[in-house]
Amino acid sequence: MFVGQTRATYIGIAVFGVAYAVIVLFTRNSYYQLMLTLVPVWAIMGLSWNVLSGYSGLISFGHAAFFGLGAFTTALLLVHANITPWVGIPLAGVVGSLAGLLIGAITFRLRGHYFALAMLAYPLAMLHVFEWAGYQEVSFPMKRENPAAFMQFAGQRWYALITLAVLIVVLFLSLRIERSRFGLSLLATKQNELAAEAAGIPSLAWKLKAIAVSGALAGVSGGLYAVVLLVVTPEMAFGLSTSAQALIVTMFGGVGTVWGPVVGALVLIPLAEILHAQFGARVPGIQGVIFGIAIILVIMRMPQGVVWSLRDALGKKKSRNTLAPAAADVYTPVPVVLGPELLKVDNVSRSFGGVKALSNITVSVRAREMLGIIGPNGAGKTTLFNVMNGLVAPGRGHIRFQGRDLVGRKPSAICASGIGRTFQVTRPFLRMTVLENVIVGTFVNMATDGEAEAAARQSIARVGLGHLEDVPASELTNFELRLMELARACGSNPTLLLLDEPFAGLATTEIESYMNLIRRFRDEGLTIVIVEHTMQAMIKLVDRFVVLDHGVVIADGVPGDVVKNPDVIKAYLGDKWVPDAQPR
Amino acid sequence: MHGLLRGPGRYETILVTSMMDLLPSLETILQSITAGLLVGFTYGLMCVALGLIFGVMRLINFAQGDFLMLGMYFALSIVTIFGLGTLIGPIPAVVTAAIAAVPVFFIVGFLLHWGMLGRIGVGQNLTDGEVHQTQLIMTLGISLLLANGALIVFGSTPVSLNTSLASQAWTLDPFGHGDILIFLNKGRVAAGAVALIATSALYFLLHATDIGRRLRAAADNPVAATYMGIDVARSYRVTFGLGFGLTALAGVMVSTFYPFQPYVGLDFIIIMYAGVVLGGLGSVMGSFWGGVIIGLVQQISSLVLPLQLQGTTVFIVFLIILLIRPQGLFGRNVERA
Repeated sequence: MFVGQTRATYIGIAVFGVAYAVIVLFTRNSYYQLMLTLVPVWAIMGLSWNVLSGYSGLISFGHAAFFGLGAFTTALLLVHANITPWVGIPLAGVVGSLAGLLIGAITFRLRGHYFALAMLAYPLAMLHVFEWAGYQEVSFPMKRENPAAFMQFAGQRWYALITLAVLIVVLFLSLRIERSRFGLSLLATKQNELAAEAAGIPSLAWKLKAIAVSGALAGVSGGLYAVVLLVVTPEMAFGLSTSAQALIVTMFGGVGTVWGPVVGALVLIPLAEILHAQFGARVPGIQGVIFGIAIILVIMRMPQGVVWSLRDALGKKKSRNTLAPAAADVYTPVPVVLGPELLKVDNVSRSFGGVKALSNITVSVRAREMLGIIGPNGAGKTTLFNVMNGLVAPGRGHIRFQGRDLVGRKPSAICASGIGRTFQVTRPFLRMTVLENVIVGTFVNMATDGEAEAAARQSIARVGLGHLEDVPASELTNFELRLMELARACGSNPTLLLLDEPFAGLATTEIESYMNLIRRFRDEGLTIVIVEHTMQAMIKLVDRFVVLDHGVVIADGVPGDVVKNPDVIKAYLGDKWVPDAQPR
Repeated sequence: MHGLLRGPGRYETILVTSMMDLLPSLETILQSITAGLLVGFTYGLMCVALGLIFGVMRLINFAQGDFLMLGMYFALSIVTIFGLGTLIGPIPAVVTAAIAAVPVFFIVGFLLHWGMLGRIGVGQNLTDGEVHQTQLIMTLGISLLLANGALIVFGSTPVSLNTSLASQAWTLDPFGHGDILIFLNKGRVAAGAVALIATSALYFLLHATDIGRRLRAAADNPVAATYMGIDVARSYRVTFGLGFGLTALAGVMVSTFYPFQPYVGLDFIIIMYAGVVLGGLGSVMGSFWGGVIIGLVQQISSLVLPLQLQGTTVFIVFLIILLIRPQGLFGRNVERA
């Protein structure tokens, strides 16, 4: 999705635009012309919804807020200040965008269902406020002199062409978003916010940008709608059905793709209008009934929307090459000279409720060191990692990386400063290809998207997954997922790499080749900290062990000494085994 | 020091009396609180029904308002269309409708989930989030279908049941002086009482029966519940049926004092969600108190705000709760890192 295909889509948009314009020009019936005008309006609205909810996964039930503000901005500017819609509609976009930023700044603190429900409230509150303020119905005054300057035309056709032109611009804009770090960062956030943050994606900043763009598009679409209908009422501007329509055209067509809302609007808007015109007078409500049934049937048959289902049906099944990379993997040790202190965990404590996950932990890591943090389950190893990369704030203490304090910084900022990490349970972006997964990790330190892509390819090649670049992450084996996560963590070109139980679920030979890989990374200058609870593999790998138990450091030293330490044996095996384990 | 502790002086007295003129009288305040409580109990039942569906299945059900509407027309059909109102009198007919609504709509809801909502994601490669999104848009479709279907069948003219309950009131004299009187609309008292009974029954069902334990287990952790041998899909169907049945019951009761038309669901859907969020998503009984508080807020705000802004107060309370305490008053914080 990210790479290539863009040219084909541009041509597709151009062909669509020309074909649509031709249809508009050959349509004589003014009723069908109105329909041809409304399709782009709702397609823009759907695209607006898609930019926020489709890519970021935060479902908005409240897009009518931006739509309605846009409609009223355009109408009131003309009525009260005699400002033409040619200016008013762009201003409607500005108002929508500002409203988006404000609402986003408040509401992004909520997630999932909470976000969706909160968004529901905004437009409905606005509806009441506008009614109370006396704007039950705002009509556009007729401009007899120079009507074109006020976007008033005798023929409906002009409106169809104007809305089409705006739709084309919005399509290009959406495509730019989808095929850049903007869209990919949002998609990554949608699939796994924690992993995205840890890979250096500042998720809040991207979400705010998304809602600003989305609000602007919805505002423009509302402004166009008002101009086309020549009247605005709070109900049509802010009503639940306006928000629902944005959501329905997009979900019907397909979420997270630029063509989805267009297809949804092309099918549903004429369907609704024709039903209304044919049967509306005799059977009021038939439109809603058939609409409802259509939605239910499509959802049952194609839950991902029409576009994705067609794509799956027509698309070529990319058969993945299942051959494992050549395993001739022998590592020759290179002497390593440790550098100065790189990371200092200084007296850090953290408790969850009554549980002291970490108490007074002090650990120091030197540059180019390979440090193993081990301990039985529940010792606090993962919490220590989460504190180091900012997912969890320490209750007390400091973490210094290259002399700077990390406490209080976001995971994405910590990643940008040079700390990459993987997770105990792999956190891939399943719907994205290996290349896209890794690109997400390379954005943080690359100025352009092209550089990010090149860095990602390099990182993938480094872990030996070059042959799987275009395979979706959902098709990888556990070992390949672990390698991909490693490539993603290294993609940001970190100084320090944190690996959280990288060997979990791997076979012995896989562990061996993974170890050789990170040995080479270390030889190339990387500092690596590994959390594991099994000691066996680690003894051969690390320079030094730090042993945690119940949130306390119980040993710190070279592997040979640590495995003989009575406290460590006690932690792992219990008191009983201490005498047996003593050297005789 | 004595000077500071003296009683209200002349200026304070004048200030207090002039403020008293601006404030509503004690009688109006008590009347609003009573009305708020009564309507709040009914809201509470609606919220419990929605909270049950949301709490157990994590499903945002947009058709909930339309379920309420169906309950209203169900009452209308029993009382007037089938002629039971003239046969056995309007009030016994309403009682019949209330008793029949729960099993009838339990079955409808059970089938609706079995035939539609429960089919989503089965055998398709969808993530949890996608299943929820898809179910959500399906409830939008169901909502459109029900509201417009009702429009075809019943027409758009607002109707009401016009039982004697709606126009009669009991009078309370709380202080025994006769100078402060509180009127209790009989329709609302009946609705409130039924809501209390139904909510108590649900509480009993959830906490003292095997079915209830299954539902709560399925809500708490569907995967673990499956391992314990609980048919989670079946639990969901039962939940959806129960939620539908209770909503319809609330609809029957509301229809005795509230005029309605096919789109009446929109009047209530936000109230339901606000109450559920206020009580705490996932806390079924919390939802009841959430509904009560919404009823109180709505009635009390009418003392100080113009009529058009009454709806806004509900939204504002809703937003404030979401932003300050998204887990609600009685909910647990379920977000984990």
